[in-house]
Amino acid sequence: MKRAPWLLALMLMVAGCGLSDGDNAADGGDSPGAECEPGQVDGDLNLYNWSEYMDPELIAGFEQEAGVDVTETFYDSNETMLAQIEAGGAAYDLVVPSDYMVETMIDADLLIPLNRDALSNLANLDPDFTAPPFDPDGAYSVAYQWGTTGLGFSYDVVPDPTQLSWGLIFDPEMGAAVAGRVQMLNDERETLGAALKYLGYSLNSTEPDEINEAAELVREAKDRIATFDSDAYDDLLIQGETMVAHGYSGNFFTAFEAADAWDSFGYGIPIEGGTAWVDNMAIPTTAQNVCTAHAFIDYLLDAENGAALTNFNFYASPNAAAEEFILAEILEDPAIYPPPDVMDKLEFIAGVGEASTLYADAFVEAKS
Amino acid sequence: MTGEEATTRGWVNRALALNGWVVFLFLYAPIAVLVLFSFSADRNVGSWGGFSMEWYQRMLANDPLMRSLRNSLLVALLSTLVSTVLGTAAAIALERYRRWATRGVFDALLYLPVIIPDVTMAVMLLMWFTTIGWSLSLTTIVLSHIAFNISFVAIVVRARLANMDPSLEEAAADLYAGRWRTFRRVTLPVIMPGVLGGALLALTLSLDDVVVTSLVQGPGSTTLPVFVFGLIKRDVTPEINAVSTVMLAASMVLVMVSLGFQRRGDSERVR
Repeated sequence: MKRAPWLLALMLMVAGCGLSDGDNAADGGDSPGAECEPGQVDGDLNLYNWSEYMDPELIAGFEQEAGVDVTETFYDSNETMLAQIEAGGAAYDLVVPSDYMVETMIDADLLIPLNRDALSNLANLDPDFTAPPFDPDGAYSVAYQWGTTGLGFSYDVVPDPTQLSWGLIFDPEMGAAVAGRVQMLNDERETLGAALKYLGYSLNSTEPDEINEAAELVREAKDRIATFDSDAYDDLLIQGETMVAHGYSGNFFTAFEAADAWDSFGYGIPIEGGTAWVDNMAIPTTAQNVCTAHAFIDYLLDAENGAALTNFNFYASPNAAAEEFILAEILEDPAIYPPPDVMDKLEFIAGVGEASTLYADAFVEAKS
Repeated sequence: MTGEEATTRGWVNRALALNGWVVFLFLYAPIAVLVLFSFSADRNVGSWGGFSMEWYQRMLANDPLMRSLRNSLLVALLSTLVSTVLGTAAAIALERYRRWATRGVFDALLYLPVIIPDVTMAVMLLMWFTTIGWSLSLTTIVLSHIAFNISFVAIVVRARLANMDPSLEEAAADLYAGRWRTFRRVTLPVIMPGVLGGALLALTLSLDDVVVTSLVQGPGSTTLPVFVFGLIKRDVTPEINAVSTVMLAASMVLVMVSLGFQRRGDSERVR
């Protein structure tokens, strides 16, 4: 979700040293899936996840049901997690990488293919998530939670959220009213992606012309953009520093909830479309207890457990069967569960291969 | 002194005093807000919802949070203890053999860990542990913290050693004190403020560290700062304010104790 440039550098440093072929790496890659029965466990579970992203009661429930201990370890970015898995010094059985990171890890042979026979609840997964662009066959990952990237706004400047448009940022006329009170994410894929969407292109475009056109748009809008920021945008909006804020759905909701400011602020996907991000469960090659990891994935794919997770962390569940157990206030919130016409306009951020340097360079140039 | 000079002086003094207050306000206002809102019943930082211990209760009930707090304290205490001993010894060794031709080289080597960016240090340590085949755990975090703390302690202690009058140790030797006794009764008391200063610095660096720890941690050994930085999927709750307040109180006690020691050391010297 959040990418720190120095962490990318770090990732390359670790990768460059070729530690991934270390002894700790289990034989992933070639041997497809482990031989596990549904619910079968082969030891305790080492779960590597973001902080407060998992309901402690679900952990307790699994410990009781499966008769194993779960040890939770936490990371602060996809890149830190990648570096640790790549080095292979710690025996994590299950990790929760974001979309683009799944692709990176598959490419680096760091994930073990899943054994579908061991996942009895796999059919509960919403078809929208069974073949994401970052793992086209769903062979390595199962969606955990998902959300969107769009615009948070003050109702003063967006009286009608159904007409929300990226033009607030990119159109000089429409943006005149909020000039200097706009923030965009400091993230090349998200911010250039928004510009690409506004122009009617795919946000995974690999065409240099389209990427440059998007960068040019960001450059022109720069005078009206107060800051490129990925950390405090929700606070900036609520404190009135900005009127339009570009960011991740969940962060806006928790901020609106905390400030009791639902009447003054809203969040939405612009009519031109936006990004859907999804975090996924995957079994890294460092896993010692592959069957337990499968059992845990299956446990979360259960309808009631999937619902419990969403009721705990307020992110949308990719588990279609879970919906009947999810709190109505969450399910009915169009910002968490967008209506079908908005869903159609969302795109996952996929890896763009060689073009990633184009994005990085164009974004740096556009900002400067 | 003419009257005019006195006025100027009074004005300067007042400005300096004012500056002192501004500095303290600048340092402590944010901390005061943090402490205050850790007792607020309202989840929203910025609006006071009445006095409540709710966040402290929630903090105690939050297992992953308490575990990371325990890990942080354990790592900080162990790494401070070891790096203070090793760093002080290193400082004494370097000071004693300062006439050696290679001294410059050792100086540079000692300063290097202070200068290298955290990320580089983190990657180096991660690669080192995996190369020698160690599994990552609380132990590797402690060892890493010792590794980056030794230099800081050594540098602080050396500054104190450099100002020490060599005749003090010579006098002790003249009076037939053995080397160990000279160290215990003469050298150590003189450099004690430096040693304590170095230890406090080490403790702070260890409690603060995110970059190195997040890379060398193993299953179940997440420390408090890594846990807090991992909260980006959720908003930071007042539980974190509560933990921070507890940590703050603990470090204040530590600073008081160390100041007390230093003052005692100073007054003994006067006697």
